[in-house]
Amino acid sequence: MTDLKDEQQATAAGTEGRRTDATFWAAPEAALTVRDVPTGATNLNVDGRRLVGPLQGFGQLWQKTYRIRLVGLTTAPGDVVREWKANYARFWPKGNRFYTPAITPGAVALINAESVGRVQVATGIRVIYADAESFAFMNAAGHPAAGMATFSADRQDDVICAQVQVLIRANDPFYDLMLPIYGQRAEDAIWTYTLRALAAHFGATATDVSIDRVVVDRHRNWSQAKNIWQNAAIRSGLYMVFAPLRWLRRTVRGSR
Amino acid sequence: MTAATTTTAADRIDERTIVIRVRGDVTAASEQPLMAAYAQAGEKTRAIVLDFTGLDYMNSGGIGLLVTLLVRANRQKQKLLACGLNDHYRQIFELTRLDEAITIHDSEADALAALKA
Repeated sequence: MTDLKDEQQATAAGTEGRRTDATFWAAPEAALTVRDVPTGATNLNVDGRRLVGPLQGFGQLWQKTYRIRLVGLTTAPGDVVREWKANYARFWPKGNRFYTPAITPGAVALINAESVGRVQVATGIRVIYADAESFAFMNAAGHPAAGMATFSADRQDDVICAQVQVLIRANDPFYDLMLPIYGQRAEDAIWTYTLRALAAHFGATATDVSIDRVVVDRHRNWSQAKNIWQNAAIRSGLYMVFAPLRWLRRTVRGSR
Repeated sequence: MTAATTTTAADRIDERTIVIRVRGDVTAASEQPLMAAYAQAGEKTRAIVLDFTGLDYMNSGGIGLLVTLLVRANRQKQKLLACGLNDHYRQIFELTRLDEAITIHDSEADALAALKA
């Protein structure tokens, strides 16, 4: 062994005693399982799919941080996260539905989101991590983004801040093409709305949502171009187009 | 009550290989020590072994940081290996599919042997 030896140390936020993360993480599963389908939800493109992380997507890798200062809020960051978990679906913009009984490690949520041409894209996520001050999702294969989203709250300069940080790639060439036309704007809109709705929930004086975008990897993963076969938007569109045929088949079977 | 910390130590094995020993927590707040240790690698390094024997705590921010480190290493055509992960952290690598890009070995010796194979 040669002489290079260097030590770096940083103090992480918080002064807790010895911590353990054992109960905060979901257990790995080979494929997603949807156990209960809430009334009104479309269960499509989730059951049997794998999760896709930032390494399994196609497009450039982006880290985007959406942050809002909740001025005047005297509660603790943990209280913000607790309320966020309890009311997560309520903070989404109109036209987008998020179905899960609870934000707990391992929970699978169905998403029915309005997209281009009023297509309801059916996809989903799994809660991979949840502790008192943060929680995180990974997306199902076919979701527009391959990656993770982490939701957290912290105190900065005596002001409580809420944050959404995503580390994502467009999942396939179709989504990558749509990113500058629609995807970036749609994503900014959903998280900006979410943070403002969270601030309104607490009655806090919310500042503007700051958005920080960093390209972590400019390269495209051409080996993942095949992800397009699982594209939830295309499959959801086809599902809508063929709805009359499914109705006809059910009617014919019912009349026999 | 003790402060949560991340400590990293970079040991050069040879011209092409370094081992980064990670102790304590790996969270988003660990970026500075982890990237500072990675900076020790230099251009000639071809393999970086992350030794997680001393890992106590990791959250989703920590996984994000490892993804960023992996991307940087890949850009430099460097291979990233991990060792010393207990069953719990192996499962987290599996859950997040990091294990598909970072090869996992039981011990530092195993990782170094794999590099020579």
